[in-house]
Amino acid sequence: MVKGLCLMGSKVGIPRALLYYYYFPMWRTFFEELGAEVVVSGPSTKSVLNQGVQLAVEDACLPVKLAFGHIAGLARKVDYLFLPRLVSVASREYICPKFLGFPDMVRQTVPHLPPVIDVDVNLYRRNKYLFSAFKEAGKFFTASAARVYLAYRQGLAVLKEYQKLLEAGFMPEEAMNLLTKAAGKKRSPAAFPLSGRSSGQMILAGEEKPMVAVVGHPYNIYDSFISMNILRRLQQAGVKVITADQVPEPVVRAEAAALPKRLFWTLSQRMIGAAFYFLHAGRVQGLLHVTSFGCGPDSMTGELINRRARAAGAVPLLNLVLDEHSGEAGVFTRLEAFLDMVCFRGGKFQEA
Amino acid sequence: MVKVTFPHMGHMWLCVKAMLEYLGVAVVIPPPSSKRTLALGARYGPEFACLPLKLNLGNFIEASALGADTILMAGGCGPCRFGYYAQVEHAILRDLGYRYELVVLEPPERHVGQLLSRIKTITGNNSWKRVYRGIKLGYQKIRAVDELEREAHRLRPREIVPGSTDRAFQEALKEIERAADLEELAAARGRAGETMRSVRIEERDVLRIGIVGEIFTLLEPFANLDIERRLGRMGVEVDRSIYLSEWVNDHMLFGLIKGLRSRRDACQAARPYLKHFVGGHGQETVGSAVLYARAGYDGVIHLLPFTCMPEIVAQSILPVVSAEMDIPVLSLTVDEQTGEAGLMTRLEAFVDLLERKRARKNVEGRICFG
Ligand code: SF4
Ligand code: SF4
Repeated sequence: MVKGLCLMGSKVGIPRALLYYYYFPMWRTFFEELGAEVVVSGPSTKSVLNQGVQLAVEDACLPVKLAFGHIAGLARKVDYLFLPRLVSVASREYICPKFLGFPDMVRQTVPHLPPVIDVDVNLYRRNKYLFSAFKEAGKFFTASAARVYLAYRQGLAVLKEYQKLLEAGFMPEEAMNLLTKAAGKKRSPAAFPLSGRSSGQMILAGEEKPMVAVVGHPYNIYDSFISMNILRRLQQAGVKVITADQVPEPVVRAEAAALPKRLFWTLSQRMIGAAFYFLHAGRVQGLLHVTSFGCGPDSMTGELINRRARAAGAVPLLNLVLDEHSGEAGVFTRLEAFLDMVCFRGGKFQEA
Repeated sequence: MVKVTFPHMGHMWLCVKAMLEYLGVAVVIPPPSSKRTLALGARYGPEFACLPLKLNLGNFIEASALGADTILMAGGCGPCRFGYYAQVEHAILRDLGYRYELVVLEPPERHVGQLLSRIKTITGNNSWKRVYRGIKLGYQKIRAVDELEREAHRLRPREIVPGSTDRAFQEALKEIERAADLEELAAARGRAGETMRSVRIEERDVLRIGIVGEIFTLLEPFANLDIERRLGRMGVEVDRSIYLSEWVNDHMLFGLIKGLRSRRDACQAARPYLKHFVGGHGQETVGSAVLYARAGYDGVIHLLPFTCMPEIVAQSILPVVSAEMDIPVLSLTVDEQTGEAGLMTRLEAFVDLLERKRARKNVEGRICFG
C-alpha cells in the first residue's frame, strides 16, 4: 500500500458492486469531504460481467465475478481504488468469507490496479471500531485527524438518512438520487420527513395491490442487470414490492431469534429474519427468494427459509437462482407462473 | 440409554469411539461413507451445500437405521458454513421424520462451563477425571493414527511389493482401534510401528507433492477419491497440510494442546498474498502452498468442495503463488459429480508435468555445475 498525502482532487474509484448498495452514500461523502473526487463504475452490463468472468476463477460466485468486472473497468481511470475489507459490520457477525478475502483476490487477479485502499472494517468485537477504518483511509488524503473525523461524522449522518430512505421503501439508486438532490440544497435530516418506526406494521399498510416480498442479497436484487430487472418488472405487473431492507432492524432481529442458533452472517440474518416476518405478516402474498449460483450462505439460509415457508404453507415461495447463463425467458416464465399463483389474476406479466 | 453417532471424517471415528466407549456411552459408527451415503445427502440436502454437509446428512440417515438417536457434532461461529451445519442438518432430518437429539459442542461463548455442561449431557455420571482420561485416550489415538498415516505416505512410493503398505496400514490401524485404555494404547502403538516397519522398501527418487485445501476433503478418503493412495501408487510421496490431531486441537479442544504444527506458521507465510483469515482453512491453504514451495516440494494439489467459500478465495490467489514461487499447483474441485476417470487423467497429467520439470532441473543442474 502506497501511503502518503495525495493531491486534492485525486480520484477514488468505487465499484458499483457488492455492498455499494448499502454503504456508498457514506463512502462518497467521506471522500468528498476530504477533497477527493469519487468515481463510480457504470451500471452492470453484459460486457462488465464478461470481463469479470474472464478474470475470476470459475468457481467464484456471480456477484464476485461481476465485482471483478467493475473493478477492471475502473482500474485505469482512477488514482485509488476503495476496496474496504468488510470483515464484520455487526458485533459477533461476519458477512461472507469472500468479503474477508476480497481485496487480496482482486490484487492477485485484476491487472493494472492503482493503489488500493483496503482498510479493514471489523466490528466483530466492538461497534466503535468503525472509525478506525475511516481513520486509516483518511490518511491517504490529509494529515489532519480532525478533518478525517469530521468527514467520518458527515458520512455517518448521510448513511443514517440513506438507511431511513431504504426502510421507507425507496430502492437504493432512488434513495441515492434523493440524497444527492438534497445535498444540492442543504444537507439536513429534516429534508426527508419520515417518522421513525420501530415495528413493521406501517410498511405493510397502504394500497390494496397484491404484495410480493423479494428476499436476496442487495447486490443481487438491486442490480437491475444481474436481477434482470425483476423489481421493476414486478412493479410493472401491478404488484407492490417489498424487500428485506424495508423491515426495521429490531423486527429482523426478533424474527431471526427464532432460529436454533444465532446466525453469524449479517446479510443472511436480515434475509432470514425478514423472510420469517413476511411469512406470517399477513399482507404478503408471495415470497421471492433470489440467490446467486454457488452462494454458500444462501445454501444454508435458503434451506431454512424454504422449510419454514413449507411448514407455514400460507405464502407461495419461488426460488430464483441467478448465474451468468440465466436466460431471461426461463426466468420470466417462472415469474409469471408464480404471479398467477400469488394473485389469481387474469392479467399477464409484461415481458417488455 | 442414548446411542450416539457422529459424522465421518477420515479416521476420526476411531478416536471418538474410543473416547465415548471409555466413558460407557453407546456408540453407533455410521457405515463408511459411500456412493449411497452421498446420494442420500445430495437428495435431501440443499443443492449448493458443500460436500461435507451432504455426506454428514447421509451418515446420519444411515446411522439411524443402525439405531442411533443422538448426534454429536462440533460447532463454530463462522464465517464459513461449518458453524451452522448441525442446525441445518438437524432441521432437514427432523422434516424427514428422524427423531435425533442434537448435541453440539460450540466454542464457549461466555465461560467454559457452557461447554462442560454440554459434554455432561453425553457423558452422564462419569467423574470429570474419567472424562479427562477419556478425551486423552481419544486424542492419543488420533496422534497415533496421524503417525501411521505419515509413515504410510513415506512408504507407499517406495514399497517393493505393491499394496504392502496399505495392508500394513490397515493392520496397524486395527491395533490402535483395539486399545481400550491408555496403557493398552502405548503397547498397541509399539506393535503398529513394528507392522509398518515390516514393509519392505527401496530408496527411489520420488516426487513430493503437498496436499492443501479444505480440511474435510483432505481427511476423508471418500471425498477426495483416495487421492493419497492413488498418488502413492504412482510413485509420489505426499504430505498433507493438516492432520486430524491438529484439527481436533483447533476445533474441539480449542487450541489447548500446545506444540503442534500450528496454523500460525502457515498464516504467516500466506500474508504476502492473503493478509486476513477468511474462515475455514483458506489462509492456511495459501500459506501451506508457500511453505511446500520453500521446502522444495515438486508440486501442490489443492482440494476443495464445490462452492467452498474460503477455498475459492485461496483458489483465486494460488496461481500467483505458483508463478512467483515456481511451483505447479493443481486445483481439484470435488462434488457429487466428480468421477474417478476424470480425476485420474488430471492426476496423471500433473505428475507427468512434475516429472518433466524435475528432469529439466536436473539437466540444468548438470550444465551449470557438472
Ligand atoms: S454471500 Fe454468497 S453471493 Fe455473496 S460473496 Fe458470499 S458466496 Fe458470493
Ligand atoms: S470450509 Fe468449505 S466445505 Fe468446509 S464448511 Fe466451510 S464452506 Fe463448507
